[in-house]
Amino acid sequence: MAKAISTPALERHGLSDDQLRWMLRNMYLQRTLDNRGFQLNRQGKIPFATGSEGHEGIHAGSALAFARGRDILVPYYRDMGLCIGVGMPVLQVLLSMFARAKDVSGGRQFPNHYSYHSLGILSISSIIAAHCPHAVGAAYAMKLRNESGRAVLCTFGDGSTSEGEWHESVNFAAIHKLPIVFLCENNEWAISTPRAAQMAIENIIDKAAGYGLPGVKVDGSDPIATYAVMREALERARTGGGPTLVEATCYRFLSHTTDDDDRTYRTREEIERHRHLDPVPRFEALLVEHGVLTSDDASKMKKDVLAEVNAVTDQAEALPYPAPEELYTNVYEGAYAPWL
Amino acid sequence: MAVASTTSTVMNNVEAVRNTLYEALKADDRTLILGEDVGARGNVFLITKGFIEEFGPERIIDTPLAEASIVGIAIGMAMEGLRPIAEIQFADFIYPAFNQIVGEAAKTRYRSNGDYTCPLVIRTPYGGGVRGALSHSVSIEALFYHVPGLKIVAPSFPADMKGLLNAAIDDPDPVLFLEHKKTYRLVKGEVPAGHYTIPIGKAEIKHPGDQVTVVSYGLYVHQAIEAATRLAGDNISVEVIDLRSIRPMDRTTILESVRKTRKLLIIHEDNKFGGIGAEISAMVVEEAFFDLDAPIRRLCGPDVPAMGYAATLEEEFMISTDRMANTMREMVAF
Amino acid sequence: MTTITMPQLGETVTEGTVAQWLKKPGDAIEKYESFVEVSTDKVNAEVPSPVSGVLREIICKEGETVATGAPIAIIDEVAVAGAGGAEPSPVAAHAAPAAVAAAPAVVSNGAPRGGNGSVNTSEVLRGVSPAVRRLAREHHVDVSSLRGTGHNGRVTANDVLAAASRGPVAPVAVTRAAAVAAPAGAGRSTYAAPVPGTLVPLSPARKIIAQRMVESLATAPHAWTMVEVDVSNVWAWRAKAKDRFQQEKGQPLTLLPFFIHAVVGALKANPLLNARFTDEGIYVESRYNIGIAVGMDANLVVPVIRDADTLSIAGLAIAAGKLVEKARAGKLGADDLTGGTFTVNNTGANGSVLSKPIINGGQAAIVTMEAVVKRPVVIADAIAIRSIMNVCLSLDHRVIDGTASNAFLNHLKKSLEAMGPTGDL
Repeated sequence: MAKAISTPALERHGLSDDQLRWMLRNMYLQRTLDNRGFQLNRQGKIPFATGSEGHEGIHAGSALAFARGRDILVPYYRDMGLCIGVGMPVLQVLLSMFARAKDVSGGRQFPNHYSYHSLGILSISSIIAAHCPHAVGAAYAMKLRNESGRAVLCTFGDGSTSEGEWHESVNFAAIHKLPIVFLCENNEWAISTPRAAQMAIENIIDKAAGYGLPGVKVDGSDPIATYAVMREALERARTGGGPTLVEATCYRFLSHTTDDDDRTYRTREEIERHRHLDPVPRFEALLVEHGVLTSDDASKMKKDVLAEVNAVTDQAEALPYPAPEELYTNVYEGAYAPWL
Repeated sequence: MAVASTTSTVMNNVEAVRNTLYEALKADDRTLILGEDVGARGNVFLITKGFIEEFGPERIIDTPLAEASIVGIAIGMAMEGLRPIAEIQFADFIYPAFNQIVGEAAKTRYRSNGDYTCPLVIRTPYGGGVRGALSHSVSIEALFYHVPGLKIVAPSFPADMKGLLNAAIDDPDPVLFLEHKKTYRLVKGEVPAGHYTIPIGKAEIKHPGDQVTVVSYGLYVHQAIEAATRLAGDNISVEVIDLRSIRPMDRTTILESVRKTRKLLIIHEDNKFGGIGAEISAMVVEEAFFDLDAPIRRLCGPDVPAMGYAATLEEEFMISTDRMANTMREMVAF
Repeated sequence: MTTITMPQLGETVTEGTVAQWLKKPGDAIEKYESFVEVSTDKVNAEVPSPVSGVLREIICKEGETVATGAPIAIIDEVAVAGAGGAEPSPVAAHAAPAAVAAAPAVVSNGAPRGGNGSVNTSEVLRGVSPAVRRLAREHHVDVSSLRGTGHNGRVTANDVLAAASRGPVAPVAVTRAAAVAAPAGAGRSTYAAPVPGTLVPLSPARKIIAQRMVESLATAPHAWTMVEVDVSNVWAWRAKAKDRFQQEKGQPLTLLPFFIHAVVGALKANPLLNARFTDEGIYVESRYNIGIAVGMDANLVVPVIRDADTLSIAGLAIAAGKLVEKARAGKLGADDLTGGTFTVNNTGANGSVLSKPIINGGQAAIVTMEAVVKRPVVIADAIAIRSIMNVCLSLDHRVIDGTASNAFLNHLKKSLEAMGPTGDL
């Protein structure tokens, strides 16, 4: 895996300054929202939060490659920045943290379990890899209806690639050359299970060959490189070229969730050794170095983001919980009772 | 039940399912069938015979041997606007798909608070009496009827097969459609032409009577009717209710009948402990305690994992019509 | 000779067609050799012969469709060489995996198994079913009086409904028979030891009681009223005097004689209570013959204290005591049991606090003394604990109206409340 260092020339892959700044802002937003989640949890205001620190590069790059209004996103629970990046309102993040009635799931789901039909974000559960066959089914629907220009982006972590349903999904997608990109956000940890205990191989993309689809590995802490790889993979899918398995590497700096204590299974030194993979300061430095924005701009952007997050925090906190009678709705289209 | 035409045809259950699927595929481009051997082979009971030739391999999909994804992919199709009909080749093979059926399909509408729905049909043949032994004979309804968000139907007459399959295909929520394999060719009946649906959640009295209520479904409805007919010759009046729907279940029909006869016998092939009969018994005692003139009885499959291959073992598991008749007789005399 | 039947080729197949005979009559066939081709809508197959022999007869023609298990051919068996003599071979009913096998009969009935739904009915028959209970209540049917037509003589819901439809049944009488139960003969059901699900034979006494109760309710329109009496003082008097009375007279002193004494006084002041209805008029009795209800065994008797107005409290106690003794010994005579003009029933002895007694045949009323219960009461706007006894009265409304009955009860109450805490018995 390539070590990231500041490159002398900025390989933009056709991205404008505005788009680069957009990515940086998306990454700041995710980082700030992550922090806010942990802050609220430590304040005792919310029972649970999942952080995505380390994934910001993957999310920003993939979000930019995603075609809003055409593509479908089937995420997992560590994709907050990606969901925001494809258009989900930031308020939704806080609504789900606070479990408010106005949350899309009506306060039913854990935080980070988004669904947003109008933006093409599929509803997910907490069950690892259970969403992969759904993504494949959605891609099949696109193909059946001859909808070129559309693709499904299915994301998951390294642990997911051990689940039977992941294998069944990739297999089927390859057989039918479906318009889908399988994006593995490999942060090297599945709760406490390191990659070496999860699989015998070094590179997750090696699994692709076994199923007959191309595999591409990219440094996920480099949002531009990720963007380039994702753009190509998504275009391939949209134009009938079939599926791709992308492995974007990064590092999970936080515990799995606020309920996990990573000190029980890894050392602080191990985390610090990977600190250079933190995409946020790295990308900020890169853009400042290449004059895309000044450090003052960067500071201002951060303040701006913080103000936005503060505002939606207050807004969400002030809203009510779902009423108890809401427990009984939407079991079926009609009545929920098993006896008629 | 709206019947589009007054003509009807005699056919068996295979033909009823086949014709219904065929009409559904013709009527709606969004409908498709996926499962093992449903395409070139036309399904191991020939239910989808001829379909792939007419509708093509994109709509009649021979899937890999992978039950979890047969259902999971169908869920994704349903969430993205298609109307998939997934097939599990034998109910005994459904267990790998449990995660997708119970954890995903049943919860899609609920967890997204209606943002997404899952209009999915899962069809599968179940039941014994065909020397299918341990892995081709089980009943599975008790594993699933517990789950809010799922619907389950188990018709066993050709006309009901068609009406309920149409209703399942139209239903915006996931429906498990159970077909008793022994009735596939054994049971013949009149099936009205044209499109019609039977509401899910409605049982039907297949043999009216007033001395004991018998509730059943699947193969055993037919045997119960045979037993009731026999007993009528002895002036014993038995009312046989064909449940048809397992979830939701028709309490009105059951209670009306029990209030009339005051005695209830539940007959099902599935294992007794925790089977459908347990829920029916609880409901009837809750709602009609003061109408009961005898303890509720259940004639069910014994609590062993499955029926054996040897004829003696299968016969021991299955309940004979004689035994049903004797139990009915005992209850009336009680 | 072996009859070959149509095999079941496939789990759900119910019929088959003979596609082609591979042998003709007279041909030799070896065991396991294919001799006919059969097709079903699932599968086409060649059928191997179950026996060696010669094809004698083809029953099912090519192209003909028959149900599985139907005969299609007959093979004359030839004994296998070296077996040492031909033996008649068993009829082989299957040539291929058959569904309906001629399996040896297994004794499968008898031992209960998980699926058969049998119920331990002796447990169940200890009580009546919920339906019977409800219907009996709704239709005022006494279940214990019915003969059951159900399993083991169980009373069924239909039995109750049939009984209800047989005609108006007298409302269930409130009997005050204190069952002093003698142990029943082993296994046989008696009134004292009734066995659920069996018939208790009707004794002559019970037949008469039944008849009289029905008659009384059928002729006299019963009305009912009650008062509460503060018996604290008379109770105290009794408590003080009872030990000496027991010593001197050899029998206990209960509240009954005090009560009868007060009743007599109240009757004197309200003569219509000591009367009876006739078509010619209301006959006002001249004597005060007070019947006291005594329940024992399977019987309820009402021996009479004649001319109770001539007796003191002590005298009443002794007279009552004698009658009860005679009753228990079964030695009551006709004189003891006839001529009553008014009846008193000490229902309180059984703990009752309210009773709705049935008037003793032909009399105008009947009064009960209920249990004495300590209660908080309001006296001069303060709370005190007093011994309170309810006194209930059923009256023949042809003879007496509310005014008369309440006057009687008020008199009775006043005199009881004025008795004690000391006095002359």
